[in-house]
Amino acid sequence: MTEKGKPAPDNGKQKGGEENPGKIEEAHVWEKAAAMEEQEEQKRRSEILSKWMEGTGPEADVIISSRIRLARNLKGLTFTRLASEEQQKEVLQLAREAFRKHEEFSRFQLYEMASLPLVFRQVLIEKHLVSPLLARESPYGALFLEDGEALSIMVNEEDHLRIQCLLPGLQLKKCWEMASRLDDCLEEMVGYAFDEELGFLTACPTNVGTGLRVSVMLHLPALSITRQLSWILSAVNQVGLAVRGLYGEGTEIVGSIFQISNQITLGQSEEEILENLHGITAQLIAQERQMREKLLSKNREKLADRAGRAYGTLKHCRLIGSQEAMQLLSDLRLGVDLGLLNEVSGGILNGLLVISRPGCLQYLKGRQLDSHERDLERARQIQKYLAFGAS
Amino acid sequence: MYGGCGAVLCQNCESKESTVHVTKIVNGQKTEFYLCEECAAGRSDLEFPDLELPLKGIIGGKMPLHQFFSGLLGKGALGDPGVVPRGTAELQCPACGLSYAQLGQIGCFGCDRCYEVFGDHLLPLLRRLHGNQKHIGKIPARAGSHAKIKKEIEGLRQELQKKVREEDFEEAVRLRDIIRGLEGRLSGGEGGD
Repeated sequence: MTEKGKPAPDNGKQKGGEENPGKIEEAHVWEKAAAMEEQEEQKRRSEILSKWMEGTGPEADVIISSRIRLARNLKGLTFTRLASEEQQKEVLQLAREAFRKHEEFSRFQLYEMASLPLVFRQVLIEKHLVSPLLARESPYGALFLEDGEALSIMVNEEDHLRIQCLLPGLQLKKCWEMASRLDDCLEEMVGYAFDEELGFLTACPTNVGTGLRVSVMLHLPALSITRQLSWILSAVNQVGLAVRGLYGEGTEIVGSIFQISNQITLGQSEEEILENLHGITAQLIAQERQMREKLLSKNREKLADRAGRAYGTLKHCRLIGSQEAMQLLSDLRLGVDLGLLNEVSGGILNGLLVISRPGCLQYLKGRQLDSHERDLERARQIQKYLAFGAS
Repeated sequence: MYGGCGAVLCQNCESKESTVHVTKIVNGQKTEFYLCEECAAGRSDLEFPDLELPLKGIIGGKMPLHQFFSGLLGKGALGDPGVVPRGTAELQCPACGLSYAQLGQIGCFGCDRCYEVFGDHLLPLLRRLHGNQKHIGKIPARAGSHAKIKKEIEGLRQELQKKVREEDFEEAVRLRDIIRGLEGRLSGGEGGD
């Protein structure tokens, strides 16, 4: 296990430190500084991008990502909410021990929230690797993150341990297998709070039992355009699944991106929960594709126009807000997925969804940005990304 | 600890003190935001990334759902709306100190012992949330070694009855012995998991 206290600090101050006189030399120095800055930005960009953002994976035309979360607690220790700082520290210490001793965890890096700059914590939130609660309110909150960033464990969230597996496309079963394996390894090292009747004991009664939350992120533009969504999503709700926007409940649903997840965790086996969600997801995929076909046969030019306009705006705008960006990225992606536009590949759009978030933009820029500056930087980053994707 | 103190930072940019307080009511669910002027004005960026689904948002006390739970726990937990269940007032978890009243307020448990302490009073709540009160999923190898054996015994008993019905007594005896062996391990290994 390696420890990564914080990401590279802003090295921008070092530039231009040479004392060589003469104007030619000076120009040279500035050029060098710009190149260094560019390099730094490139490095940060690669830190932001995870494998799941590559836009590959089964059913990637509709499914952005699949996610599994397992809530686990340590036996005999107070749950995070009521735990003193001392007790939280102990939980983190136990987790560290487990990670140091178990071979399986050598691929993981530890990020302690308290020692990370706020902006980097925001990046982790936007990458769906930590919750806002962990990032902002847990003094001994920590994240163990695997190399490939598919597997991660939050320590001292609402529950002591939250195991997560995040994969691109529709791969619920694989997600479950990977998360469950990690769960087994952890259990070899620490004692779990488990009850024969009630299963895994969690802080919140909504998670007790399997402690399992399964979710998929879907892109449903055709259903959205044809105004089919409200009844479809209410049907999803009625079969006991929760529907949310990209970054949680309460956020307006933008860019036709949704998450659906199970709510029941007690009295159903993991396999049943997975199958149930998989079945509903398959339905949604079928409906969305059917609607795309319909749109394509009736409104081909209109769709191509919409995608082309989105591409044009994204490519040439100077200032863009994040809602507008998401909507345009959704339009563009639909066009790409339907083969109406070849300038970009569908895959890169997933990364753009994340990179155009406020935290990521500020991290890339290496400093705090007000909302005007963010709109400026967002346009710049989107263009860089699009240019990179086309090459 | 949670809740913090002092000035509340803007939930959007996290850098400035919040001066704008937004209350949003969607489908009858109230959510609140604390923002700085700048973020509140730049609506294009106002996406409230820290809003979680209410089911998860028990901690922090911002979410409406914990109120919902407390309602279930405090009033109607035993099916008698408006009345605090009898015999709960003095209930308190000896391990973490959580009382029944507190449980109602914060809507979540303090530790694993709470489940024993508040045991019977929880089942109606769990049934309402999950439509169920018994775990049938994964059993962890160590913490659930007892449960695993029990589950195995249960399966074997059913098999045994089937063999008896089929009058396959030889097999039935074999199964009975296996069950006895497992039961011996259960009582012998008491407290050993």
